[in-house]
Amino acid sequence: MKNELLFTKSHEWILFSDATTAKVGITDHAQHALGDLVYVGLPQAGTAVEKRQSIVELESVKAASEVFSPVTGEISRVNEELTDNPERINESPYESWIVEIGGITDREEMMSTEEYEAFCAEEE
Amino acid sequence: MAGYVPHSAEERQEMLKAIGISSVDELYSAVPQSVKLKNLHLPDGMAEMEVKKRMKQLAEKNTVFSSVFRGAGVYHHYIPSIVKAIIAKEEFLTAYTPYQPEISQGLLQGIFEFQTMICELTGMETANASVYDGACAAAEAVAMCCDAKRNKALVSETVHPMTLETIRTYCKGSGVELVTVKTKNGITDLAAMEETLSGEYGCVYIQQPNYFGMIEPTQEIGKMAKKTDTKYIMGIHPISCVLLKSPGECGADIAVGEGQPLGLPMAFGGALLGFMACSKQMTRKLPGRIVGLTADAAGKRAFVLTMQAREQHIRREKASSNICSNQAHNALAASVYLSAMGIKGLRSAAEQCVSKAHYAARQIGKVNGFSLVYPGEFFNEFLTYCPTDTGVLIKALKKRGILGGYPVEDKILWCVTECNTKKEIDLLADTIKEVCGK
Amino acid sequence: MKLIFEKSSAGHGTDYLPKCDVEPYSFPAELCREHPLVLPETEEAAVSRHYTELARQVYGVNDGFYPLGSCTMKYNPKINEELAGLEGFAEIHPLQPVETVQGCLETMYTAQQYFCEITGMDGMSLQPAAGAQGEFAGLLMIKAYHLSRGDMKRIKIIIPDSAHGTNPASCAMAGFEVVNIKSNAKGCVDMKTLKNLADDTVAGMMLTNPNTVGIFEENILEITQIIHNAGGLLYYDGANLNAIAGVVRPGDMGFDVIHLNLHKTFSAPHGGGGPGAGPVGCKEPLLPFLPAPVVKAASEGFDWAEPSQSVGRIKMFYGHFPVIVKALTYVLTLGAEGIREMSETAVLNANYLKNLLKECFDTAYEGYCMHEFVLTLEKLKKEKGVSALDIAKALLDEHMHPPTMYFPLIVSEALMLEPTETESKTDIEEAAKKLTAVYRKAKEQPEMFHDLPLTTPVCRPDEAVAARNPVLRYFSRIER
Repeated sequence: MKNELLFTKSHEWILFSDATTAKVGITDHAQHALGDLVYVGLPQAGTAVEKRQSIVELESVKAASEVFSPVTGEISRVNEELTDNPERINESPYESWIVEIGGITDREEMMSTEEYEAFCAEEE
Repeated sequence: MAGYVPHSAEERQEMLKAIGISSVDELYSAVPQSVKLKNLHLPDGMAEMEVKKRMKQLAEKNTVFSSVFRGAGVYHHYIPSIVKAIIAKEEFLTAYTPYQPEISQGLLQGIFEFQTMICELTGMETANASVYDGACAAAEAVAMCCDAKRNKALVSETVHPMTLETIRTYCKGSGVELVTVKTKNGITDLAAMEETLSGEYGCVYIQQPNYFGMIEPTQEIGKMAKKTDTKYIMGIHPISCVLLKSPGECGADIAVGEGQPLGLPMAFGGALLGFMACSKQMTRKLPGRIVGLTADAAGKRAFVLTMQAREQHIRREKASSNICSNQAHNALAASVYLSAMGIKGLRSAAEQCVSKAHYAARQIGKVNGFSLVYPGEFFNEFLTYCPTDTGVLIKALKKRGILGGYPVEDKILWCVTECNTKKEIDLLADTIKEVCGK
Repeated sequence: MKLIFEKSSAGHGTDYLPKCDVEPYSFPAELCREHPLVLPETEEAAVSRHYTELARQVYGVNDGFYPLGSCTMKYNPKINEELAGLEGFAEIHPLQPVETVQGCLETMYTAQQYFCEITGMDGMSLQPAAGAQGEFAGLLMIKAYHLSRGDMKRIKIIIPDSAHGTNPASCAMAGFEVVNIKSNAKGCVDMKTLKNLADDTVAGMMLTNPNTVGIFEENILEITQIIHNAGGLLYYDGANLNAIAGVVRPGDMGFDVIHLNLHKTFSAPHGGGGPGAGPVGCKEPLLPFLPAPVVKAASEGFDWAEPSQSVGRIKMFYGHFPVIVKALTYVLTLGAEGIREMSETAVLNANYLKNLLKECFDTAYEGYCMHEFVLTLEKLKKEKGVSALDIAKALLDEHMHPPTMYFPLIVSEALMLEPTETESKTDIEEAAKKLTAVYRKAKEQPEMFHDLPLTTPVCRPDEAVAARNPVLRYFSRIER
């Protein structure tokens, strides 16, 4: 796991490129729990989002899950590649960003890599 | 002993002993004593011979009509004998839902074929494995289209009243606002529809042919819906759509309908089959079971239940629908019907329906006071005036073994299918003439 | 196996209808379909062979042991089909004049009465098409009941986390908020948590008893009292009625609304996934809200009645009449004693099977079970990497239908078994032998388990590909 990554309790990772822009994805723990992803329901670019709001629907063969926005801002870009190849998230969860959010004005509490690893160990 | 429990008294004792108890009552020790039953107040069980007698007595209390001229939601069409023979196969009858694909390829492939046939009939891109009936299909389709932003559903008053009621009940749960658009000359009032439609409406639903048998302007309605970006749900009669413009051709986003005419008996309205088909874009919103094509580890073609993450067993409270089962056995009957009849047979049935209905309308119309209520094209149902008490007429027809049309207020909704012969229709018209004078 | 479309040959077919004996009528061109309609062109013999070929690759309870937990795959008596197919039942139009359908109405009325007696309810509607529809109707009734009393803030329904997926889904459809309550270590409702949750925002609670892990909720009287004291109502999911029918009644345990699954408890066949039937019943205070119409006894014979504050109609017409005929036939055959014997034997069979398996398998919960029980393969998964799925697939090679996998969700690597009362002692022993043999093999040769089954026509179809790039229909070579 990259050190600059921050994590949420609902197993999203967030990578800030500057103070008000960040990419969001799901962690290895999350993709493993879901299993083979078959569908990623991406939002539209330009949508305003609030922290903790559900922004993406994920479906695997045996489960359905949501991605929650860790920040308040606006969706600037979505990773279109995931529409046809959702399995990229399983293959490389930290390279496969799902959305990019800009104009960030607020954020929820986030964990560092060590804190997240401890959190996962505790959950089990 | 009555019932199907196989154990002998000795076997029962051996089993109790193996578990380490002396009586079954010990297995029910968690049941509070105060509510344990002494016995049910039901009659004693009967031997099969007696049960058959009793049920046959009940069946004999019903009148089976040799000539049926009533539709209004359930129809008397010809069912080739092959349909009953195939669906009676124990494998198809006693299997569960095909969740273990390795031992259910027969069922899964059957559903895949059914889905294909529904796509062909409706001209749409995706179909599901069926839902309870046409009314539920319409209600589920409304749920697919409406959300917090577009919270209204527009439904024509020319749809089957039971479909409208069902949609109304489902909307009570979902909170979608149901708005109806009135009738004009037996079809949807287009001007009223145009005036009402707006960006608040998630969908518009009409039925083709409508409840009165009339042909709706389905292409115009499609264009109208597009103007406000409202989803277009078209309900169809599966035999009529051999002749009439398909939902695909009318720009529908979702096609639904009642599949009972495809090889299912009237059965007091208890053998129904709702089908749903939609555009590619709406596929992931379809409720219910769907079978898809794939390959197994060795590359062999295989079928599986797919996109299960839409369904209730995975999404639970986040599911868009609670539907768990489908009408599998009835869908099989429809598939066999369509395979046996083929496009030629289906076209023949449709052409006979419309031709015989028009012949009947002419013959009935020759009797004074029985003119058509609405102008315009109709398929195989039509509404006429009735100059006499409808009950009196229906009784008189019954004496001749004829089930007359369905009384709608003081008028009669007649239905004619390929099953009615010219002779039957002439007898119908003659009887009406006798009862009602000139 | 080829698709029927792939067996199609131009010009083939069978004529079933005589020529039209009236003047033909054609619609004007602008109304006519232009898009082609492709259906198979196959003569009757080919159709017959095709579906016979399909039937060979289907496994029904008529073929063998089918211990699917929560599905009650009991033997489907042959008399059912014969009676449902009688002309006097099959050739009846639902809108015939009431005096010409007294047989149908009496059938439904009798069924209503008998189901009420078995469940301890005061009224029933036979309209719901399936258990899930029964749930939806029942929840709408609960909603209507509270609203009719001006009680607007009851927006929640409490559901155990072990519940079948339709329970929370039905709640969402009825417009309720779902409150999940965690099951305790015994697999039952945690009483302390329940007491905290039961307040005046709770419309009711949905339960099945025995619950989905096959255990009877011994605190049931206290549970129903807690909810009632808080002003809520109790909904009984009838899926597990096969454990207790004739022994105890949901109505007597404190339930206010229930649904039955006629295709489970009452021997109507599953048909490959439907049609079933899910009648909804209730106690007196909720009678006005039943879906309309219901059958009532009239001055002469029977007639339809509209409950005064009905939640409305939930489908066309009156319900799955042929399924109701089969269920009534079953109740007439079994009678009071037979129903009790049915349930007691279902519970006996489950415990007998559980006992035979206890040497190898880990059961999820201790003690006697009811009509079904849950095994957990968690240890085997950890130690040998063999999952519940792998065991299930291995059973296919033993010509045994696997148990329910991965349900209920609260048990890890779950396999749920429900033998039902119609399996013989020998059948159960055979099944136990197969299960035990498979388990032992899994311990000795775990690696081979990921490639099973070997003897079925296909093996482990790729479900990820099927869902990612859905191909949901066949396209004939003639492209549009």
